[in-house]
Amino acid sequence: MSELKINPNRRFLRPEKLPHFFCSGCGCGQVLNYFCQALDALDMTPEEMLTIGGVGCTARIPIYLKSDTFHGVHGRTLAWATGVKLVRPELPVVIFAGDGDLASIGGNHFIHAARRNLDVTVIMVNNLNFAMTGGQVAPTTPEGAHTMTTPYGSAEPRFDICKLAEAAGATHVERWTTSRPVQCVAAIKRALSHKGFSLIEIVSQCPTHFGRYALGSGDPQKLVQWIKDYTYTEAEGAKMTPEEREGKLLCAQFVNTERPVYEGTNEVL
Amino acid sequence: MPIVQADPKRVESGIHFTLGNYALVEGAITAGCDFFGGYPITPANEISEMMSKRLPQVGGKFMQGEDELCSIYACAGAALAGAKAMTATASAGFNYMQEGLGYCYTVEAPVVIANVQRCRGENYASQADVMQMRWGASGDYEAIVVCPASVQELYDYTIWAFNLAQEYRNPVIIMSETTIALMRERLDIPPAAQISLTNRRYTTLSPEEYMPFAAAPYGCPDAAPLGKGYHTIYSLNPHNEAGGIDWDPQEFDRLYRRITGKIRENSDRICRAERIMLDDAEYALVAYGSETRPAVEAAQMLREDGIKAGVLKLCNVWPVPERQIREAAREVRKLFAVEMNIGKYAGEIERVAGGICGVSRITKNLGLIHTPTEIYQAVKEDLK
Repeated sequence: MSELKINPNRRFLRPEKLPHFFCSGCGCGQVLNYFCQALDALDMTPEEMLTIGGVGCTARIPIYLKSDTFHGVHGRTLAWATGVKLVRPELPVVIFAGDGDLASIGGNHFIHAARRNLDVTVIMVNNLNFAMTGGQVAPTTPEGAHTMTTPYGSAEPRFDICKLAEAAGATHVERWTTSRPVQCVAAIKRALSHKGFSLIEIVSQCPTHFGRYALGSGDPQKLVQWIKDYTYTEAEGAKMTPEEREGKLLCAQFVNTERPVYEGTNEVL
Repeated sequence: MPIVQADPKRVESGIHFTLGNYALVEGAITAGCDFFGGYPITPANEISEMMSKRLPQVGGKFMQGEDELCSIYACAGAALAGAKAMTATASAGFNYMQEGLGYCYTVEAPVVIANVQRCRGENYASQADVMQMRWGASGDYEAIVVCPASVQELYDYTIWAFNLAQEYRNPVIIMSETTIALMRERLDIPPAAQISLTNRRYTTLSPEEYMPFAAAPYGCPDAAPLGKGYHTIYSLNPHNEAGGIDWDPQEFDRLYRRITGKIRENSDRICRAERIMLDDAEYALVAYGSETRPAVEAAQMLREDGIKAGVLKLCNVWPVPERQIREAAREVRKLFAVEMNIGKYAGEIERVAGGICGVSRITKNLGLIHTPTEIYQAVKEDLK
């Protein structure tokens, strides 16, 4: 008779919230797993953190963590965090935002928080569409993709959110995918240890919506393979022609620098 | 609730001659404000400017957000992190803040918002947002809106607003107006020892025992610090007493009855109105904000004509001071609802006084405050 094994990182979760509400095969559960692995490796606990989710599937990730959590308003994660960090600069703040939350409705807060070098970790789960609302086009949706609001294919170019973060002044920027779990955990560890604005973009599968509408399959395994093909690492890119790289996203650490973090004006005597 | 004395380092006691917006800032500093998030907009700019100077002097933090949404949510975050947080805006900017205000009501974040009303994008006098301040955000909630009428009251009522926000864990709106915000008048700041402040109550329970949204049926829950193991979810979504997102209809009912009931059932403790020349009056002018000033003068003019007029000055418009309005309605032959808009709050006065006495409207929507003569003539005309 086999012994029932319990994931030791379950200690970071709120037991009463399980089972989670993510669809079968959704990448959000994987990202929660990566985050818990990073916490474990760094000997950190969510109980001493503030985690923030806006609205959407990704925004639900913090609901499962045993941390203080702000939740439920679309796109304002970094606005909340700005107020918190000015009052409690020592409190670690981690934001889980979907691509819709961060790159669409929250875009303005995103560029300004990066410009200020607000000392927070932002984990953007990029499932390439608005998933919770039923699979509409997002600023991250590849051009030409079919979604619920682009039945003839998206007529807009897609955002490269890492380039945006870099241009805006973020001091730590990385992109990985759910097809590269080890790199994801390592990147989150670096982000949690970084003083300043960190963005970790994780390209993730949405079997229910983006998979079925844009890619013609709701099979998570096929979708993770598609993500692997949609992205490339620096080593893989070196062996590819420019034509082969065209339209694909590079997975790498783009920025890792230091500069003063935003703490507002200190006491004037 | 813990009541403390104002910090003398934050109180500029003495006699001043100052701008309304500056008086509001001093009121906030006295009240213990330690976070301000603003976004430029006329005629509220002097509030942000003075806050950016004063807050660092008392160890507080000032920020200018990238927009009004950032400002109000930064205030929500700062308030939940323990600060006494404030923002200031003017009518058009207040539109943007409705979303964040709705969040503050739902998670019971004690943010103070100064809304310096102006007219449709122009800096003319107005009270046209009196209903927006009550009903602007979506969902079920109760608003507290105080309405100063002078530079002195901008100081006094701002302290009151902070105390109410802390006591009820509810956003409180200071309804200011171009008229008083940009006016210079005498301001008397008393010694700190004479000013008492309310601080929100923090839980004494352990994280295991703590229920973040549990309170008496019409009470407000005790707060907990962030990052200390209390793992509270502050969600706009309907939540149960443990803070968990909960779509159960009974939990909806319990949440919304409590967050509205804590204001409604305590309205007698919250509401204030001043009775001016009212004890022997046969006619009462009901006014709020800067409109009480010409109303008082008009009542004096009417008395010179032998018409016994008085003024009921509403110190807050929301929750509606129903008891005070009803009492006045019982004492007089008629109420006159005076306001600087097309006629909005008059409907509330008619609702409360309905069946007791008649209500006539004296309203004006020209971007100009009523003159005493206009109010005087309107009453005379009505009584013909």
